[in-house]
Amino acid sequence: MLSWNDILILLPEIYLVAAVCVLLLMDAFIREEQRNATHWLAIAITAITGFLVVTGQPPHALSAFGGMFIRDRVSEILSLFALISVLLVFVFSRPYLKDRKLWHGEFYVLTLFAVLGVMLLVSAGSLITVYLGLELLTLSSYALVAFNRDSRLSSEAAIKYFVLGALASGSLLYGMSMIYGATGTLDLAHLHAAAMQTDMPNLLRFGLIFMIVGIAFKLGAAPFHMWLPDVYQGAPTATVTFVASASKLAAFGMAYRLLSAFGPGDLLHQWQLMLAVLAVLSLVIGNLVAIVQTNIKRLLAYSTIAHMGYLLLGLVNASPSGYAAAMFYAISYALMSTVAFGVILAMSRAGFECEEIDDFKGLNERSRWMAFLMMLAMFSLAGVPPLFGFFAKLLILKAAIDAGMMWLAIVAIVAAIVGLYYYLRVVKVMYFDKPVEGVEIKPQNDMPMRWMLSLNALALLALGLYWGPLFSWCQQAFAG
Amino acid sequence: MSNHLLSLLIWLPMAGAVPVLIAGARGSASRWIALAVAVATFVASLFLLPAYHTDGAVMQLVESTPWIASLHVNYALGVDGISVALILLTSFVGVLVIVGAWDVIKDNKPHQYMAAMLVLEGLLIGVFCATDALLFYVFFEAMLIPMFILIGIWGGPRRVYATLKFFIYTFLGSIFMLVGLIYLYHKAGTFDMATLAHLPLTMKEQSWLFFAFLIAFAIKIPMVPVHTWLPDAHVEAPTGGSVVLAAVMLKVGGYGFLRFSLPIVPDASAHYAWLVIVLSLIPVVYIGYVALVQEDMKKLVAYSSIAHMGFVTLGIFIAFMLVRDLGNVDAANLGVQGAMVQMMSHGFVSGAMFSCIGVMYDRLHTRMIKDYGGLVNVMPWFTFFMVFFAMANCGLPGTSGFVGEFMVILASFSANPWIALIAAFTLIIGAAYTLWLVKRVVWGKVTNEKVAAMKDINGREAFVLTAFAVVVLAIGVWPQPLVHLMGGSIDHLVQQLAISKI
Repeated sequence: MLSWNDILILLPEIYLVAAVCVLLLMDAFIREEQRNATHWLAIAITAITGFLVVTGQPPHALSAFGGMFIRDRVSEILSLFALISVLLVFVFSRPYLKDRKLWHGEFYVLTLFAVLGVMLLVSAGSLITVYLGLELLTLSSYALVAFNRDSRLSSEAAIKYFVLGALASGSLLYGMSMIYGATGTLDLAHLHAAAMQTDMPNLLRFGLIFMIVGIAFKLGAAPFHMWLPDVYQGAPTATVTFVASASKLAAFGMAYRLLSAFGPGDLLHQWQLMLAVLAVLSLVIGNLVAIVQTNIKRLLAYSTIAHMGYLLLGLVNASPSGYAAAMFYAISYALMSTVAFGVILAMSRAGFECEEIDDFKGLNERSRWMAFLMMLAMFSLAGVPPLFGFFAKLLILKAAIDAGMMWLAIVAIVAAIVGLYYYLRVVKVMYFDKPVEGVEIKPQNDMPMRWMLSLNALALLALGLYWGPLFSWCQQAFAG
Repeated sequence: MSNHLLSLLIWLPMAGAVPVLIAGARGSASRWIALAVAVATFVASLFLLPAYHTDGAVMQLVESTPWIASLHVNYALGVDGISVALILLTSFVGVLVIVGAWDVIKDNKPHQYMAAMLVLEGLLIGVFCATDALLFYVFFEAMLIPMFILIGIWGGPRRVYATLKFFIYTFLGSIFMLVGLIYLYHKAGTFDMATLAHLPLTMKEQSWLFFAFLIAFAIKIPMVPVHTWLPDAHVEAPTGGSVVLAAVMLKVGGYGFLRFSLPIVPDASAHYAWLVIVLSLIPVVYIGYVALVQEDMKKLVAYSSIAHMGFVTLGIFIAFMLVRDLGNVDAANLGVQGAMVQMMSHGFVSGAMFSCIGVMYDRLHTRMIKDYGGLVNVMPWFTFFMVFFAMANCGLPGTSGFVGEFMVILASFSANPWIALIAAFTLIIGAAYTLWLVKRVVWGKVTNEKVAAMKDINGREAFVLTAFAVVVLAIGVWPQPLVHLMGGSIDHLVQQLAISKI
C-alpha cells in the first residue's frame, strides 16, 4: 500500500530521482559551452538532497513500504557524508574533466544515480533493497570507470571491475537466496528471529559465507581486493575519488545492515571470525604491497585495502560501540581520500596525469599550499595525531580491545607502522626532493576547487582537534 | 590569566607559526616575528615560577575542559615541579635555536624553518603539561611531524634516511604505548593520569603495560639497544634540530618514565628495575667507548648524549631498588632528583655542544674532526666556550654536569656499590672522549689554511653560547633552586613507589 507517509519518508530519494531526470533532459538541450549550468545544477541538487536528508530526519527510526526501506540515524549520517563526498567530487573534477574533453553531462547524471544507489543501500530494510541499491551503485560505477572510453587503461579497468563486480553481486545474490531458503524471510528486521528457528542451519551458514564474500568484494578487503588497484589506476581520477569515498561509505552501510541482522547468537561468532581473517589479510597485504608502488593512485588503492582492514576490525566487535567506531572510520576515510585524490586532480592537467609518485617531487618548492594539503592527507591516512585519521584508528583499536581481541589490535598497529613508511615517502618526495627540471607542476587555477580542497583538508585537522560531536552522533546512531 | 597560563604557553608558539608562514621567505620579517613569539613564550613561562607553589605535591595551574565528552576525555593540563623545570628548559632553548638559525637558514625557506620550530616548541610544552593520557599521546606523537620536516628539509646529505628512521622508530615505540593506554582506558574508563595512578592492576597486566611504556620511552630517551636512530638523526639534523632534539626531545622519554611507568605500574617497574638498570649501565660504559672512536663531532656528542641519558634512567630505576628492597627513601629521593638534574643539565650542555659544532660547521661545512685543528689560534672566544662546555660534558665540579651525575652515583652507592662503581666509570671515559675531541679540534697548531681563515664568533653566536654558559654555571654552582623547585613533586613521586597496586 502506497501511503502519503511512505512518500514523505522517501522524500530525499524521490527528489533526487526527479532532479536527476531534469538534469539529464536539460543537459541534452544545452550547448557545449553552457556545461557550467549542468555543473552548478548538479551541485545544487546534491546540496538540496543533503538538506532534505538532514531536515527530514525523524526523531526515531521509521520504515516505509512495509519495512523495505528504513530511515534512521545510520542512513542519515551515511547518506549525508556520501552526498558531501559527491559534492566534493563534482567541485574537484571540473578542471580535470575539462582538460581531458570528458566534461559531459553524463558524468553528473551517473554519479548522482550512483549516490542514489548509496542512499538506498544504506537505508535498506530488506535483502531486496540491499541488492537494488547495490546494483544501482555498481552499474553506474562501471560506466563511470569506463568514462574515458578512448583510454585503454580505463576500458581495461572497467572490464575488470565489471567482471569481478558481477561475480561479487552474483555471490551476494546467491547467498541471499540461500538465506531466504533457510529462513523464509527477506526482511532484515525479522531475519534474526527466523534464523534462530531454522531447521536448515547449514544452508544458512553457506548463505552467510556467500554474502560475506560479496561484502568483502565491495569493500575491497583481501583476498577479494584484486580489482581495486587496477580500477584506481586505470579509471579517470574523478571517478576514483567517488569510488574511494562514497562507495566505501555504502560498503560499510551494506555490511552493517546485513551483518547486524545476524547477531547476537551462534551465527555472530561465525561471521566475526570470518571478518577477523579478512581484516588481518587486508591489513597485511594492503600495507606490504603499497610499499613497492610507484604510482600514487595504485599506492592509494593498496592503502584503501589496508584501511578496509581497520574498518572491518570495528565491525568484528559487533557491538554498538564497534559499529560506531567503524562508521566513524568510514567517514574519516571518505574525507581523507577526497583530499588525497583532490590534490591529484588539482595537479593534473591536459596531457599530464600527475599520478606517479615522482611527479610530486619538490612540490613544496612549486606550490607550498598543495604540498601542505597533501601532507595533511598523508599524515591523516597514516594515523598520526592530531589529525582525524588518528582518532578514527584510536576508536577502532579501542573497539578491538574492548572486544577482548588484543591480538587483532597488535596486528593492526604493526600494520600501521608498516603503512607509515609509504605515506611518509609521499611527504618525503614533496618536501625533501628537488623538483625535476623542465616538468611544470602547478595546481589548476580553479577557485571553487582550491577553496573546497583547502576546506576539506583543513577539516581533517579541525576534526582531529575536535571530533567529539561527530563521534557522539555516530554513537547515537547505534544506541537505540 | 594564570588560569590559562599553560594553554597560553602551548598555543602561543603554535599560533605564532601562522604569521611567520604568512610573512614568507623574503626579507627578515618572518625571523623577527618568530623571535618575538619565542621571546614572548619564554617570558610567559617565567610567570610559572611565581605562580607555582613548590611545596605542593599535586598538579597546579590546572585547566580542564571536556574534549570528547562521550568518552570522558578532557583537555586537562597541569604542572608540578618537574614539568615547570622542563617547560622552562623548552622555552629557553626555543629562543636560542631561533637566534642560532638567524643567518644560517637564510636562503632556504627560513619562514618554514622558524614555523616548524615554533610548532615543535608548542607541542613539547604540551607534552609536559598534559595530565590526560590521550592528550599527552597526541602531543607526544604530533611533535614527530615538525621534527621530521626539520631534519628532512634542512638536514645533511643523508637526511632522508635519517629522518625516516627517526620517525618510524619513534612511531613504533609510541604506538605500543597507545595500545597500553587504551587498555588502561578499557579498565578505568578514563585517560586521566591521576586516576590511572590509583588503578589497581595485577602483576601480569602491569608487566605488559610496563613493557609497552618501556619500548615507547626507551626509544625516545634513547636506551641501548634501541638507540641507533639517534646518531643518524643528530648527525643529519640542522644545528637547531639537533639542539632541540638533544636538549628537550630526549627529555620527553625520561619524563614519560616518571609520569607513566612509575605511578601507573610501580610493581612491574620494581620487578624489572634490574633490567632497566643493566640497560642504563651498558651505555654508560659501552657507548662511551663507541663515542671515543667517532670521527664525526656530532656523532660523538650524540653518543655522549646516550651515555648521559643512561644516568637518567639509572637514577629513576635505582629508586625502586632503594625503596622496595632497602626502604631507603632518602637515597631514592636523591636518585630521582639526580636524574632530573641530569636531564636539565644535559639539556643545556648538549644544546650548547651542538651549538658549538654548529658554529664550526657554518664556517667550514664539515663535521669531521680531522678537518679541524688549532682553533684556539684563530677563534679564542669560541675556544673559551667550547672548552667550558666540554668540561661540563665530562662532569667537572662547578658545572651542571657534575651535580646530577654525582647525585645519581651517590644514590646508587646506597643500593649497591658495584653499580656506583660502574656508573662512576663514565667520569673517566666521558672525560676521555670529550677532552680528546677538544684536543684534536681546538688545541695545537693550525692544521690547514681553511682553519686559518676561520673568523671568531660574532655577537649573535656569542649571545647564544653565553646564555647556555650562564645556566650551566649557575646550576653547577648553586643547584639548590632547581632541586627545590622539583623537590616537592619528587618526594610525592617516590612515596608512590612504595605503594603496591596489586
